[in-house]
Amino acid sequence: MSQEQLVAAAYGVFLAVVLAWIVIIAAKLSRLERETAELAELAQRRRDDG
Amino acid sequence: MRSANPSVPLLATIAIGLTSLAVVMVFFVAPEDVDQGISQRIFYVHVPIALTAYVCFALGAWKALRLLWTRGERYDLESYTAIHQGTIFGALTLLTGSIWAKASWGVWWLWSEDQLVLFLVLFLFYCAYFMLRFSLEPGARRERISAVYALFGVALIPVSFLAIRLAENFIHPTVFTRDGPQMEGSMFAAFCVAWAALLVLAYVMYRVELLGKRTDAHLRLLREALT
Repeated sequence: MSQEQLVAAAYGVFLAVVLAWIVIIAAKLSRLERETAELAELAQRRRDDG
Repeated sequence: MRSANPSVPLLATIAIGLTSLAVVMVFFVAPEDVDQGISQRIFYVHVPIALTAYVCFALGAWKALRLLWTRGERYDLESYTAIHQGTIFGALTLLTGSIWAKASWGVWWLWSEDQLVLFLVLFLFYCAYFMLRFSLEPGARRERISAVYALFGVALIPVSFLAIRLAENFIHPTVFTRDGPQMEGSMFAAFCVAWAALLVLAYVMYRVELLGKRTDAHLRLLREALT
């Protein structure tokens, strides 16, 4: 590999890890959103049942 | 009640601004190094990442100390999250360092270099933190043991940092000496901006992760209350 390719690889690795972190956090937030919706539904049902 | 901490969107905007400025300064302002040529540009990402990893581990240890001192429950998650960020940046340090080693020395790794091995030891020590933590049942005992482990780890940080200076074999460059930074003003400015960008980015990642973990914990409590 040339020097330029290695410099690009170093910055590319940094960018890839940050983007991977964003993807993982986004997946986690989606799960949290689903769980919140489930719990909201559960609370609503409880309220309706009185 | 409004938090005294700056908001995450504001910090993220600052991180984007600083990162953009850092890229401009690294590639268009800072001159090319006479000895290493273009591969020296890796310095502006590798060293700030390494220093940010140290800061994250130190923050994890500080939060651990606060937990042991005040028994405040919030510090457990804060310590864990900081150490998690530290391991991410630690992994990045090893990856970017290997690439720079290949560019400068022609090899990806040198077991004979104490500085490299000591940082690897520090990184593996903190990887073991997670193995320890998740081998224990959630509760006060896990919090205390994790906190003590995190505090032990912080002792490795100065050892790892000083190894770069104390090594007799000067393959790993020592840029910052007692006489100041051994580089041109524009190079030092680019380094400072790059480090600032990475610190703010790391803090944004820390805050977002912490928010996610706290929300997770609250949802678990809610689920237990409702079912």
